[in-house]
Amino acid sequence: MAKITYREALNQAMCQEMERDERVFLMGEEVAEYNGAYKVSQGMLDKFGPRRVIDTPITELGFAGLGVGAAMAGLRPVIEFMTWNFAILAADQIVNAAAKMKYMTGGQYDCPMVFRGAGGAAARVSSQHSQAFENWYANIPGLKVVMPSNPADAKGLLAASIRDNDTVIFIENEMNYGDIGEVPEGDYIIPLGKADIKRVGKDITLIAHSRMTGYALLAADELAKQGIDAEVIDPRTIRPLDEATILTSVAKTNRAVVIEEGWRFAGIGAEISARIMEKGFDDLDAPVARVTGKDVPMPYAANLENYALPSVAEIVEAARVVCNRA
Amino acid sequence: MTTKNQEENQAGITQEGRFYSAERLHAMHDMMLYIRRFEEKAGQMYGLKKIGGFCHLCNGQEAVCVGMEEASEPADYMMTSYRDHGHIIARGSDPTAIMAELLGRAGGVVGGKGGSMHMFDKEKNFAGGNGIVGEQVPIGTGFAFASKYNDDKRVSITIMGDGGVNQGAVYESFNMAALWKLPVVFVIENNQYAMGTSLSRASAETHLYKRGISFKVPGIQVDGMDVLEVERKMAEALEHARLGKGPMIVEMMTYRYRGHSMSDPATYRTRDEVDEWRSGRDPIVRLQKQMIEAGLATEADFKQKDKDIKKEVVAVAKAAEAQPEPDLSALWDDIITDEIPNAYPYPRQVG
Repeated sequence: MAKITYREALNQAMCQEMERDERVFLMGEEVAEYNGAYKVSQGMLDKFGPRRVIDTPITELGFAGLGVGAAMAGLRPVIEFMTWNFAILAADQIVNAAAKMKYMTGGQYDCPMVFRGAGGAAARVSSQHSQAFENWYANIPGLKVVMPSNPADAKGLLAASIRDNDTVIFIENEMNYGDIGEVPEGDYIIPLGKADIKRVGKDITLIAHSRMTGYALLAADELAKQGIDAEVIDPRTIRPLDEATILTSVAKTNRAVVIEEGWRFAGIGAEISARIMEKGFDDLDAPVARVTGKDVPMPYAANLENYALPSVAEIVEAARVVCNRA
Repeated sequence: MTTKNQEENQAGITQEGRFYSAERLHAMHDMMLYIRRFEEKAGQMYGLKKIGGFCHLCNGQEAVCVGMEEASEPADYMMTSYRDHGHIIARGSDPTAIMAELLGRAGGVVGGKGGSMHMFDKEKNFAGGNGIVGEQVPIGTGFAFASKYNDDKRVSITIMGDGGVNQGAVYESFNMAALWKLPVVFVIENNQYAMGTSLSRASAETHLYKRGISFKVPGIQVDGMDVLEVERKMAEALEHARLGKGPMIVEMMTYRYRGHSMSDPATYRTRDEVDEWRSGRDPIVRLQKQMIEAGLATEADFKQKDKDIKKEVVAVAKAAEAQPEPDLSALWDDIITDEIPNAYPYPRQVG
């Protein structure tokens, strides 16, 4: 297997699907001539030409809606938001149109399309450019929400998302774009709705997605030194959620910490811990703990930014509390 | 200029050099009248509380619905806002299914999921029926993008009102459509009022056909109370788009006789103003006069036609009302295409 970056893996998935299906096209700001704001679409204009790799004006609502119409007319749009912060401008088309088009039309029109781009905090870009919105979209029937945490997952999940016949919210993480990992060559698909056990353990279950999966794995290494054997689960698809994998793990470890970059209130961790309570209550030896972003807009100063985000130390600490080892 | 056509030696009317056969004129008239009577019936059913929620009638605007449809190809896409009954009827969808939708019945055009605001008929290339003001404009631009992508010469007829035209999404769409020369005709149904706000209270530039100037989108203004002018000007705009010359704006000057919705206090305009449009410019009466002058019909013909249509509409309402409500299991239908059975939220389940 070749070792490539997360951004190259995303690029491979898009190229793979565009070669396979003539209806797939990529549209967004700076995706063509600039080769992508984060270079995810590097070389795609040369490979596929301006008919299928299309630079847009800065007009998120407009091109999101254009994508919805194109999908309804039978194409398979991949709409890139430079970041998900800007997608708020397009929320009407995602929530009011794409998510409910099939339902509202009695099944006549589908919106098979992918909205993708960078989510979560980047580095030192302050409040308007550092936000995790997966919980917003995960709340909406009609959408699927997918978040890869490593290069192989990035490729397999993006390819599956493009093939999927529903609207997929695909949230990448800017801090992961340069990560290197082994990625299968050729056609590679990871089915949606399947969690992945990133580390097997027996004492506690750490559930984390996107960039936080890496943090959870680092925390698991630290916990191992302290004699706590943590299992790390990456849901990969946030909606719908493979809760069976989580519940099976909790039935084994009897303890869980849910980690997310986003805000605590009504977050993904709130939903996952509620599910563990509803379905795995008798397996629990301690309350489920959550490690989340602090309930503040993201500040610019380096020390404040670090403090606002979850840290490996906080995950370790939460796990120790849940294991009665604090 | 309306004259009896002699050159073609065929009964009809020639207006501005365009010939309309008697048969076609009758069809246009009958369709306008059908929409009028259908909307009246819908208003009545709403009064009886058989139709719920929001219900926006298009009485007065029939010439726009019918003239546009006459000018378009069946393969052209059409989409509009929530004032959609007239457009989907003109497109040729089954009136019983439309009435059934209003009544929330299983046989409604979208199975009772949408109601008045969300009429869709994919077979007729009618893509809504969109409830968020202006939302359909980027979507219509996307249909046009697909036409260009597939090079299939289909034009997207994207309709909005004088209220919708103030949404930002509209200008984002004008810009992209012009930039990429997309085959879309942006139709602005200017009925003078966005809900209760008159055009002059909402728009700094009230000549809405000029709204594309900054984007190099040409615009024309059309008497939307004259079905033949609507047809003729719309045909020009469609040809412009179909030939790859890019988008065009067509502003239809029209008027709605009824309130914005069924709960309209109507305090924002005078009765005299409504009467002036109703009695002086009514599109159905206008065409009837033209046809009588041209010797294509008599007043008695139209009276009989009106009786027949009223009967038809009554039968449609009866048939729609006789339909059952959707099965409760329909609640869970058509949310997701590729269901993932073993992941939460589980398909078709609470919790």
